[in-house]
Amino acid sequence: MKLVVVSAGLSVPSSTRLLADRLAAAVDRKTPVDGEVVEVVELRDLAVEIAHNFTNGFPGKALAAALDAVTRADGLIVVTPVFSASYSGLFKSFFDVLDKDALAGKPVLIAATGGTARHSLVLEHALRPLFAHLRAVTVPTGVYAASEDWGAEGLPERVDRAAGELAALMTGLSAGREEKKPAHLEVADFTVVPFAEQLARVSSSGG
Amino acid sequence: MQFGIFSVGDVTPDPTTGRTPTERERIKAMVAIAQKAEEVGLDVFATGEHHNPPFVPSSPTTMLGYIAATTEKLVLSTSTTLITTNDPVKIAEDFAMLQHLADGRVDLMMGRGNTGPVYPWFGQDIRQGINLAIENYALLHRLWREDVVNWEGKFRTPLQGFTSTPRPMDDVPPFVWHGSIRSPEIAEQAAYYGDGFFHNNIFWPAEHTKRMIELYRTRYAHYGHGTPEQAIVGLGGQVFMRKNSQDAVREFRPYFDNAPVYGHGPSLEDFTDQTPLTVGSPQQVIEKTLSFREYAGDYQRQLFLMDHAGLPLKTVLEQLDLLGEEVVPVLREEFAKGRPADVPDAPTHASLLAAKETAGEARETEKTGDTGEEETAA
Repeated sequence: MKLVVVSAGLSVPSSTRLLADRLAAAVDRKTPVDGEVVEVVELRDLAVEIAHNFTNGFPGKALAAALDAVTRADGLIVVTPVFSASYSGLFKSFFDVLDKDALAGKPVLIAATGGTARHSLVLEHALRPLFAHLRAVTVPTGVYAASEDWGAEGLPERVDRAAGELAALMTGLSAGREEKKPAHLEVADFTVVPFAEQLARVSSSGG
Repeated sequence: MQFGIFSVGDVTPDPTTGRTPTERERIKAMVAIAQKAEEVGLDVFATGEHHNPPFVPSSPTTMLGYIAATTEKLVLSTSTTLITTNDPVKIAEDFAMLQHLADGRVDLMMGRGNTGPVYPWFGQDIRQGINLAIENYALLHRLWREDVVNWEGKFRTPLQGFTSTPRPMDDVPPFVWHGSIRSPEIAEQAAYYGDGFFHNNIFWPAEHTKRMIELYRTRYAHYGHGTPEQAIVGLGGQVFMRKNSQDAVREFRPYFDNAPVYGHGPSLEDFTDQTPLTVGSPQQVIEKTLSFREYAGDYQRQLFLMDHAGLPLKTVLEQLDLLGEEVVPVLREEFAKGRPADVPDAPTHASLLAAKETAGEARETEKTGDTGEEETAA
């Protein structure tokens, strides 16, 4: 199981990353993940490359590696700080430059941090619709941590419940994932539809 | 190997003076640039096709016909011809006409076009872009090879008993390149027909270009047109030169920083590091261009983008002097070194006609042979 974490925290250390790490550790306890450490994509380190992706049209090396890791993951944990009543612009920008099909069918755990608990529905009103649009399978429990939660009861239980849901989906969905159709060829890392088949599709698709 | 230039045909203010050329000035400048290309010994001039401001070249064959009349050797091409929104019947007619007028000095590059509104303006749907490219080209390919075509498809009115006129010169259709930056379907299409594949790599990192060309070469061989190394590959390039590289950087920077495509984005230094753009001395341009072969293999056509981002005509003509006098002669010599003998040059009308005649003779011989056998058997 390959688990990847996307964290949009800006300070070092950040409470966003702290929450991300706790979620990742909880998932690891439920279903052993590949590698000695979970791969964490820190968007702060990619901020300039993300901006350049918009102006250049292609990702730089580090961003390309991050996009690739996210695309290949069996499960994702995504965590953003709340900015202006929503996810941060950097967080959204990363998913704007990601291929539109990269998350299709992929289990995703959504989480956010904020200064007060008054923004906790950002998970339901901003993050969940975004990942619905990207056709990800978002786990039912989202985890929001306000500053006060770090000294209150309830956060560890929510972390555990969400992690359990993600682990179950990762195991279940990866077992049920279709094998690649044999009609499609892999050449130079591209999926190729043989030309005759492509031509036949055009003529059979009707007026 | 062929060397040439391709023009987008943008009307862009010169950022150093604020002056914007008129459309007429820009159109005449493109013609002057094409004529200069021939004068300095380049092989190819290609024009883009656009149907929205700030671009002028909406009617490529009109422009290329004019250039054909005022040049002797230059091959006239496009970068690209919109196979999605143009009627393939009209492409067949226009380019066959141009081919006759230019005495065969014509080929063309198919492209889909990435300006969303152009599709509805021409009655099409951008979501059908790949399918339009596939169906329209399949029809164009037949119109140039069959005298009478009956045809029915998804995107245009059916044809019954249609003959596209004039017929291609010597019954040899213009050679076709397919340009695509990131669609494997188009590399596959080019490979299927044994046509050329042009990767306009100028805004892309080498790793991506390498994969697209590898795909095309592999599939070209799969369809039996030759070895992967014999596939017909073209690449873009983008350069600005002065004798002294620091002068080049200083002069080009305002154009780079304000360019319509990459302006206000990456730094000139980052962009030259990541893409084929070279700003420097002719020697630096030579070195960078020669490095394309490391990931693209031995290839057939190299086109440079020279006239964009508001560069004044005088500067562009100076650039072409440098390109023709100092860069291309060295590139011809260096690219020839170590190039296997069985890697073909880019097809021209003369080479396609010769190949057709050879194939014809081979068929004749075969027929005679068959008759002989039959007689023996009888």
